Amino acid sequence: MTSDTRTDSLLRVKNLSVSFSSDEGELEALDAVDFDIKHGQTLGLVGESGCGKSVTALSVMRLLPRPIGKINGGSIYFEGKDLLKLTSDEMRQVRGNEIGMIFQEPMNALNPVMSIGDQVCESFQLHQDISPQEAWQKSIEMLEQVGIPAPENRVFEFPHQLSGGMRQRIVIAIALACKPKLVIADEPTTALDVTVQSQILDLLQSLREKIDSSVLLITHDLGVIAETCDEVCVMYAGRIVERASTRDLFANPRHAYTRGLLSSIPRLDGDPKTKLAAIEGMVPSISELSRGCRFAARSGSHHSREVLEERPPYIEISPNHWVEACPVCTDP
Amino acid sequence: MSGSENILEIENLRVHFPVKGGVFRRAVGSCKAVDGVSLNLKEGQTLGLVGESGCGKSTLAKAVVGLVKPTTGSVRFRGKEVLRSGRKSLQEYRRVAQMVFQDPAESLNPRQTVSAIVQEPLEIHNFGKKSERNERVCKLLEQVGLPASSGMRYPFEFSGGQRQRIGIARSLALNPDMLLLDEPVSALDVSVQSQVLNLLMELQNELGLSYLLIAHDLAVVKHVSDMIAVMYLGKIVEIAPAQELYSNPLHDYTKALISAIPVPDPSHSRKKIIIPGDVPSPINPPPGCAFGHRVSSARYPESIGKTLRMEEIEASHWVLSCPCCIN
Repeated sequence: MTSDTRTDSLLRVKNLSVSFSSDEGELEALDAVDFDIKHGQTLGLVGESGCGKSVTALSVMRLLPRPIGKINGGSIYFEGKDLLKLTSDEMRQVRGNEIGMIFQEPMNALNPVMSIGDQVCESFQLHQDISPQEAWQKSIEMLEQVGIPAPENRVFEFPHQLSGGMRQRIVIAIALACKPKLVIADEPTTALDVTVQSQILDLLQSLREKIDSSVLLITHDLGVIAETCDEVCVMYAGRIVERASTRDLFANPRHAYTRGLLSSIPRLDGDPKTKLAAIEGMVPSISELSRGCRFAARSGSHHSREVLEERPPYIEISPNHWVEACPVCTDP
Repeated sequence: MSGSENILEIENLRVHFPVKGGVFRRAVGSCKAVDGVSLNLKEGQTLGLVGESGCGKSTLAKAVVGLVKPTTGSVRFRGKEVLRSGRKSLQEYRRVAQMVFQDPAESLNPRQTVSAIVQEPLEIHNFGKKSERNERVCKLLEQVGLPASSGMRYPFEFSGGQRQRIGIARSLALNPDMLLLDEPVSALDVSVQSQVLNLLMELQNELGLSYLLIAHDLAVVKHVSDMIAVMYLGKIVEIAPAQELYSNPLHDYTKALISAIPVPDPSHSRKKIIIPGDVPSPINPPPGCAFGHRVSSARYPESIGKTLRMEEIEASHWVLSCPCCIN
């Protein structure tokens, strides 16, 4: 792959393989996942539940549950340094400081018995050499930036006193407090209503521009991808099956799975009450993954034995448009 | 809003929950979860109900099937009042009006086999002999697209989409006429979501069912509904035929809700109307129009003290006549 020589990548994930140990043996969660994020770019990672989106995010943060989650191969370069080779102390300096993370369910990401001010303060005090008073002052400013009304009073409140949207704003404030170069947002709006979702996506976008960071946005909603991302990776059963610029992917999907996903969304301008295109069957269980094309069983077309046994190559089918080139599922 | 062929008529339904406080846990206030809702569902049609979380959609559905007791108002099924009727007729009503719940993982008993789950309504309503019931279960499973052999298995052995099919099979067991679908697909992935929506549409055609569909995904609601009602803080703000509601929304809340849906098309540039703030608390609602208050509309003061009514602006397009939300 030529992309190794790219110098403009902020994050470069190379052939990352992750497995979890269970009673059924080693289960493969990620199979040679490969992507990069350029400076100032928003990359979307889309796929159905269980396809490995969150595992990818947790691997980058090195937060995989230990000891069951294991990184078996590959590397994660962040600004040229391999995150997998850092010591725990060094990694702690990266987390929250250089890479911020926004979690899906704000109620679970916040500490219920700590005041909001203290929680935002924590990131300043851990990563910056400032006095507690200054940190407190900065927390109030940060809350103001994420659109919390009357932040000087809110800092004393606790997460349960806030609505879902407000809580997610606090999580964003914590993640962006130290102006990280990369923000990983794992389903940041899935638990929220549409009206609040558009508030939060807008906020993320404007803050991203302000502190000039890159974003890895994980979602299952292609509508959110279309509105916020520059580039998209489509994941299926632990692999990236297609990657392209957002416009290119929506206009010209090459893999059968991407096409299936795109056509199964009910659209506002679609014909009402007609049969929706659906992908038959379901995501294969992590314990029964094949080596070859993993979409075979749901594609509705016959796959020969060789295709099922050998992993299709990941090729650049047109400039900057990568796809897992299964002879059956991929449009040449 | 009257028609002879209404299967369900909800009139001025209110569900207020007491808020208890103090040492003696006396009622110190009330949470107006559903506050004066009137809706009609026509025979064989789908009525979609949309709104943000906490607006009272699920409470409304529960009140309609009699799972919570309404404070005032009436629910009529084929012209007959159901909530204040005797036990016998309530049981009959519960046979014809069935509910499908949001999270199939939580609405199926994990310790029962699928066959026992689907059979339970048949037992309660004394349907046939044991062999007939078993036969019926096999038929139902087939009808929702599950192999008949799945009867011997437990819910955890199934994926989310399959579990929702089990929930649908259970609701169909007693040959109902009406299904209340409370967010039936929101826990599912898109590819599976369309499978379940297709199944629901097929069943409606085959069995002539009427649906009250509650969802927060407007694209889903629009795809399967004939009429759509938009709910905000316990009240219906707009009702219209599905197509009409999207092409010509009248209430500011409906407009904002529609504009907030992310469009899966990167070349589409939409004008987003961003609503600030959150839905106000139904325990202590603002004195005037709840939506005008949220967006701090300039004309909000005009709505204070006014009784807001539903008005038919165009043929079967009703909207809450609030001075600050309608142009």
